[in-house]
Amino acid sequence: MRRWRPILILALALGALSPFASSLPDGLERVAERLGFAARQAEPVAPAPLPDYALPGHEESRPAGALVGIAGTLLVFGLAYTGARLLARKGGGGLP
Amino acid sequence: MHIPDGYLSPAVWLAMDVVAVGAVAGSARVVEKRLGERQVPALAVTAAFIFAAQMINFPVAAGMSGHLLGGALAGILLGPWSGTLVMTTVVTTQCLLFRDGGLTALGANVFNMAILSVLAGCAVWRAGGALPGKGNPRAVAFAAAWVSVVLAALAAGLQLFLSGRAGPVVLAAMLAAHALIGIGEGLVTTAALSTLGSVRPDLLEAERV
Repeated sequence: MRRWRPILILALALGALSPFASSLPDGLERVAERLGFAARQAEPVAPAPLPDYALPGHEESRPAGALVGIAGTLLVFGLAYTGARLLARKGGGGLP
Repeated sequence: MHIPDGYLSPAVWLAMDVVAVGAVAGSARVVEKRLGERQVPALAVTAAFIFAAQMINFPVAAGMSGHLLGGALAGILLGPWSGTLVMTTVVTTQCLLFRDGGLTALGANVFNMAILSVLAGCAVWRAGGALPGKGNPRAVAFAAAWVSVVLAALAAGLQLFLSGRAGPVVLAAMLAAHALIGIGEGLVTTAALSTLGSVRPDLLEAERV
């Protein structure tokens, strides 16, 4: 794991920078606006705890956004680590 | 390229759910057989990097932004089946926690961004490696990344068309927008791979699943 630490740190730094990313519409959103189906977007069928990568009530706060970015990155790391570990143990294959 | 709730008809999103569940289960079966514990950190760190990089939207043109998708990067670094599982973890977390992509569109988003983009990226990468002289790795990685984004976008366009949300022109519009965004994908993927290759070449020589 030590070998991978610099890349994990880079990922966490990107997470911290996420509030400074462009807020322009992405490719699909732009196409939806131009072709007139953007209005078909429905209310989300299920609630999400951190919609749009923001802490509810602190949508405009960049520090809060940075924290969400870091926490999300750590969470994805943890989920993937746990999942991969379970699969690696279950099969017992691969390299020693 | 995350499709929100309401864009897809029930027939389309249900079909995509079935395809996505089947493909992810199949990938898990292969990975379970072949993955060693030594490779676990590579999967986890790649997932974290792609999740973080996906939050960084960069302006492209015409009032539009793009961000790294990461399917080709995951596939080239980890192999198609681990790459699919890593991308599925990213896309599912984005949907459930951050409402990036609708719950009804989760199967479609996983199919486009976690399955199709990874397999397409791997296919181009391997085809490039099979060229006489093995091809220039940077050019091949750029092509793999570009193709992975454009194919994922065309799949999303096809799903929208089949859902009756737009005419066939949606395919052309998605292609035009993502042909540009794909250039960013190619640049970031190439930069990530060559940085990794010069800093830690050993990490690129690991067994891929």
